[in-house]
Amino acid sequence: MSIVTVQLGQCGNQIGFEVFDALFRDTQCSPGLCSKRENEAYQASCKERFFREEENGVPVARAVLVDMEPKVINQTLSKAGQSGRWKYGQHACFCQRQGSGNNWAYGYSVHGPKHEESIMNLIQKEVEKCDSLSGFFIIMSMAGGTGSGLGAFVTQKLQDQYSSSLKMNQIIWPYRTGEVIVQNYNSILTLSHLYRSSDALLIHENDAVHKICAKQMNIKQISFRDLNQVLAHQLGNVFQPTYSEDGSSHYRRDPLGDLMEHLVPHPEFKMLGVRNIPQMSENFLAYSTFTWPGLLKHLRQMLISGAKMEEGIDWQVRPPFSGLPPLGKMSVHKDLHFNTSIANLVILRGKDVQSADVEGFKDPALYTSWLEPVHAFSMWKTPRAFDKYEKSAALVSNSQLLVKPLDMLVGKAWNMFASKAYIHQYTRFGMEEEDFLDSFTLLEQVVASYGSLGP
Amino acid sequence: MTQSVVVQVGQCGNQIGCCFWDLALREHAAVNQKGIYDDAISNFFRNVDTRVVSDGDSISKGRISSLKARAVLIDMEEGVVNEILQGPLRDVFDSKQLITDISGSGNNWAVGHKVFGSLYQEQILEKLRKSAEHCDCLQCFFIIHSMGGGTGSGLGTFLLKVLEDEFPEVYRFVTAVYPSNEDDVITSPYNSMLAMKELNEHADCVLPIDNQSLFDIISKIDLVVNSGKLGTTVKPKSLVTSNVGTVTKRHKKPFDAMNNIVANLLLSLTSSARFEGSLNMDLNEISMNLVPFPQLHYLVSSLTPLYTLADVNIPPRRLDQMFSDAFSKDHQLIQADPRHSLYLACALIVRGNVQISDLRRNIERLKPALQFVSWNQEGWKTSLCSVPPVGHSHSLLALANNTCVKPTFMELRERFMRLYKKKAHLHHYLQVDGMEESAFAEAVSSLSALIQEYNELDATKSMPVPDVPRLSVAM
Repeated sequence: MSIVTVQLGQCGNQIGFEVFDALFRDTQCSPGLCSKRENEAYQASCKERFFREEENGVPVARAVLVDMEPKVINQTLSKAGQSGRWKYGQHACFCQRQGSGNNWAYGYSVHGPKHEESIMNLIQKEVEKCDSLSGFFIIMSMAGGTGSGLGAFVTQKLQDQYSSSLKMNQIIWPYRTGEVIVQNYNSILTLSHLYRSSDALLIHENDAVHKICAKQMNIKQISFRDLNQVLAHQLGNVFQPTYSEDGSSHYRRDPLGDLMEHLVPHPEFKMLGVRNIPQMSENFLAYSTFTWPGLLKHLRQMLISGAKMEEGIDWQVRPPFSGLPPLGKMSVHKDLHFNTSIANLVILRGKDVQSADVEGFKDPALYTSWLEPVHAFSMWKTPRAFDKYEKSAALVSNSQLLVKPLDMLVGKAWNMFASKAYIHQYTRFGMEEEDFLDSFTLLEQVVASYGSLGP
Repeated sequence: MTQSVVVQVGQCGNQIGCCFWDLALREHAAVNQKGIYDDAISNFFRNVDTRVVSDGDSISKGRISSLKARAVLIDMEEGVVNEILQGPLRDVFDSKQLITDISGSGNNWAVGHKVFGSLYQEQILEKLRKSAEHCDCLQCFFIIHSMGGGTGSGLGTFLLKVLEDEFPEVYRFVTAVYPSNEDDVITSPYNSMLAMKELNEHADCVLPIDNQSLFDIISKIDLVVNSGKLGTTVKPKSLVTSNVGTVTKRHKKPFDAMNNIVANLLLSLTSSARFEGSLNMDLNEISMNLVPFPQLHYLVSSLTPLYTLADVNIPPRRLDQMFSDAFSKDHQLIQADPRHSLYLACALIVRGNVQISDLRRNIERLKPALQFVSWNQEGWKTSLCSVPPVGHSHSLLALANNTCVKPTFMELRERFMRLYKKKAHLHHYLQVDGMEESAFAEAVSSLSALIQEYNELDATKSMPVPDVPRLSVAM
């Protein structure tokens, strides 16, 4: 089944390019660790999911590019075209002349309705070229105007028009200290709207990815390109083909559907985070060896302690002992030490993957009590290595990982809202203070819900 | 892609404007080696085939034939505009986009605003409409004028109202040159005060500049260059300070170097809208991020570096120096000290080979010494444009919405009151048809209200950050 990607705004388009590039490069990697036949099946599965064939044989990304000003899309199209390996569809983009001015209200209330027909038509055309549609990726930032506002609008329309298809929004959480001054407003408006219309929010934090670039990849002068490539690597690790079942030799048909089924059991809990291990610069990769026990031990501790990367994991954090009386609900505003999960998905790729032992992830102490661990935890795997990593593991988690950042975000936005600063910029495009209040209410609810998860 | 139109009014406005167009041409010539008319150039220039004897219809693609500035030149004296039209830039200006008169405004705001305003209203409207028609997507009007004179100040601000009525969707950015202490125009306080009211009410964003600051900056550069301290590391052909290589062969006039700085300001402001980069910033984002309340739209600007740094591989220390300089009071384009006042918001527009990590490192480094208002503790707007200005490897424009503009306004009010109390020269204004004494009172109260807003913000400076109780939700 295929996934159609909608890239929105500067961020969405810059990242979208890196994602398709990472996926494609991985399929072209020499297998080494699995048979030629297996590798061909892998390539075919990936291609069907993310690319389609054109007459002259160059794969075309199943993507629609949307931006309100032309510079980034032009750059993205030419970069893809230049590589000669894959490209974007000739008529797959929608562009205007003037951007959204970092204004969510402008993206949602002005650009949205004005260009709804054109954008939805483009998406329709891309969907028609799929034999079978699994769902949509929508890649967008929260901080700006187009990705955030228009992204929220488009997601809503997708829900209306394709109610039986799944939607996963890849959301870029901005750096805590400003890229955009009104980013907190744009973010709460985006999150609250998406919570109502999206099926899952896969959240990537710029701060976290930046640290990975600095500490794990040892990059000295980090650029947005570096950030985007790390992110693309993480996504590729999650969504490249895996076997459908233990012992099966067929690749999973519908990763999006399977993922949603496993990870989003309840509509109140839609926020997902990704962790990836190992992540290091290629120079060091050649000299490193990894064992599955080592990787999985680190990954589990990253989950429990809420760490975003391998370096600096807090090994002191442990799950509460089951059987002891609960200490009472943990207040969200205190330091959350132990990260309770609702559901987890671990994806393993590479050498000797069948020997990997994931029992540690099935410990009931890690989870809330609603689901049996056998339902709360799932694992996908394939012996086909990903990119240049002989062994790699990814974790997609629906847990309390994002509560603290969300809480801080809501706090800052609320503080600014109390002073009424910048509100006139939103109300001039038809928004009202009520809309802000609705968003705050919804997100406080989300914070409280996640915060009160206990064993 | 969007377009911007520059409206230059009065002697000061036109002189700065002239520098601006010269610099803009140089910048695009350096970047656009192939001579193809592209979106970046179209921001400020039209492409016209002058052989065709029609109304100079624009050519939208292909080779550059003849570039015409998207400009309207207005002056009530002929001297400056004539000089421009006889100089080497004459072909850049469309002769139909000029409005001139002979007699001048006599340093009288009322003459500029009321007399010439009503006299030329139709013509002004017509020229503006024409320039807007030539644009696919007009985003912004840049209005350049001085505050202390008669034409720039009076007619320039009259224009603002016209623009607001006629093109409500298009941003109005005003670069206003405020009189310095040693200003020799006696009535400049009156003119500035009356103009301020218009700026308060009809401008989207104002970039105040004052001559004294520009002069101090130029003096410092001259000092360093002449002392030979920089030696061979200073490139004399820097776009910022030098006229070498300009189209215009003006002799070194005292204002040239100063005007160059302002021209650079405008180029940097629009750089991210014209050229590509990893974090773009369009002009509509400036207003969105830097104007938290409609009246507080005055932005203090600083531009670094002001002389070229050595060469390609700049070690990080030099790069960081650029960021430090942007916050020092010596680099501000008005007499102001943002470090010791309160920030409402700050934008950093970086050009050249600078990455997000350099930007973040410097923000972290400089943040502790700066005070931000309690509801905007992380009030930074950033942008990265890949194309540096000519002769530099990177540059930084900092725009601050900061209470340090207050002293400028307070001084203005003081100088005004000194004259007004004695009713000195008032009759020159009151004898103009349509000018009432109430206009003066209204102008003062408008400025006082603005100063009061800044006062209230300043009062919050040393207070602890208030804890705003959050919404509580039923579980």
